[in-house]
Amino acid sequence: MAIVEIRDFQKTYAGGFEALKGVTLDIEEGEILALLGPNGAGKTTLISALCGLVSPTGGQATIGGHDVVSDYRAARSLVGLVPQEIALDQFSKVADAVRFTRGLFGLPKNETLIESILRDLSLWDKRDARITTLSGGMKRRVLIAKALSHEPRVLFLDEPTAGVDVELRRDMWEIVAKLKQDGVTIILTTHYIEEAEAIADRVGVINHGELLLVEDKADLMARMGSKELRITLRAPVSEVPKALSKYALEVADGGETLVYSYDTQGEATGITALLADLAKAGLKLADLQTKQSSLEEIFVGLVGEGTT
Amino acid sequence: MNWQAVWAIYVFEMTRFFRTFVQSLVSPVISTSLYFVVFGTAIGSRIQEVDGVSYAAFIVPGLIMLSVMTQSLSNASFGIYFPKFMGTIYELLSAPVNFIEIVLGYVGAAASKALFIGLVILATASLFVDVQIAHPLAMLAFLILTCLSFSLFGFIIGIWAGNFEQLQLIPLLVVTPLVFLGGAFYSISMLPPIWQGISFFNPVVYLISGFRWSFYGAADVPVAVSLLAILGFTLLCMALIGLIFKTGYKIKP
Repeated sequence: MAIVEIRDFQKTYAGGFEALKGVTLDIEEGEILALLGPNGAGKTTLISALCGLVSPTGGQATIGGHDVVSDYRAARSLVGLVPQEIALDQFSKVADAVRFTRGLFGLPKNETLIESILRDLSLWDKRDARITTLSGGMKRRVLIAKALSHEPRVLFLDEPTAGVDVELRRDMWEIVAKLKQDGVTIILTTHYIEEAEAIADRVGVINHGELLLVEDKADLMARMGSKELRITLRAPVSEVPKALSKYALEVADGGETLVYSYDTQGEATGITALLADLAKAGLKLADLQTKQSSLEEIFVGLVGEGTT
Repeated sequence: MNWQAVWAIYVFEMTRFFRTFVQSLVSPVISTSLYFVVFGTAIGSRIQEVDGVSYAAFIVPGLIMLSVMTQSLSNASFGIYFPKFMGTIYELLSAPVNFIEIVLGYVGAAASKALFIGLVILATASLFVDVQIAHPLAMLAFLILTCLSFSLFGFIIGIWAGNFEQLQLIPLLVVTPLVFLGGAFYSISMLPPIWQGISFFNPVVYLISGFRWSFYGAADVPVAVSLLAILGFTLLCMALIGLIFKTGYKIKP
């Protein structure tokens, strides 16, 4: 059974705006799911409706088998939420803020756990500092520490790396990897493709309140990913030689490079034949390079199709 | 019931109170002292006894009520408005708590602070005048119920308010006049008949009258009516809060 089951989940705001148009999705225990989508696609609304910040207007969802509306106590007990905006009581001390969240979840004090969370997030030295004195990156860590304070089984990270520097982003990915090792299911939203590419097991793409696809990241890239073979020539050519016309080559870099696109899923890539024909045509090769299309290109393709 | 959560909210709110402990206490103590100097001594010496007590002593219950009501309102409205304003309300909404627990935590803390300040003012007042308390238990009951009901009312204002101006609006525009016209500084019987009639539509009259009865045994309206009025007000606020959370008004789209 999936730890999060979402069935035809809908949210129409009072003004009539349909933020979620019937999303259905299963999230397996222990996986990292990245939800990709442009701003306003419905990523945050989906998370908010699952966590209780927004009332869904249709469909249903369960977390750990508990309905998020009718059995919200049991459902929310399993969930940690790291919001997109930095929302913290600026006058609290770091450790107090983390203890407060644990208390809200009805759990008894556990200073050992709080210490280990703060240490893992490099916040231990700042435990008695007031939040207002922390940098933006540190505040984001406090949000994560709060979300982990009640040992959630499912962690929602809403754009965890929006506006953070490269170093912190790497740290964040390490934290996520460590949580995954501990068996925590992680759902993160992002519009940084490289983030999904770097840490997700599966990728879902949302746009206009609809889930366009959910797929294993590797499968997605393999299925949709075409590869390019870039052939650098010793002597530039002005056009593709007639003998090579069947390969649909493109001339680039002022004739120094020929670009061959092929499908990795195809029965034959045609590379062997191409190389043989290149030699027959008397072209001398200086270099060969292959390039896989990134998730970003796939994503732009998908979202672009959705809008036009 | 998630009592841990109620306690967490309560402690969090009280920490805020104790962080600004001096400000929280000094201003009510100073303003009360000023009231005594002006009303009690300067003017009071020219006013004959009211209901058998000196004017300075007569205004003590009203003064306590005035502070307790405004403190309850501002504590509770600010307490819940602030998380809304800062965005930290996400944490309350996504925690396994129900609205009763949230209200208990916030309103409990706001009422505790107001009660504390009320008692401090009572202590300050007893430095100036000879304060007698005829019915101590009834006095405490009225004080606690007032703290509670006005904190509930403040909680509603805090949820309703969309900005800091609105947060101040109701206390300034509605509550302060009602308190001043509620017999804090005079007995309703001192008013012309028409104003006496109008006064009976002012809910604060019942609170102050009942509270003063617990001190001096004299009241403008029967004590039972006072008690019913404050209980009714408390229940009304509770019902409104129930409705707010049921519909998610202003906090949960």
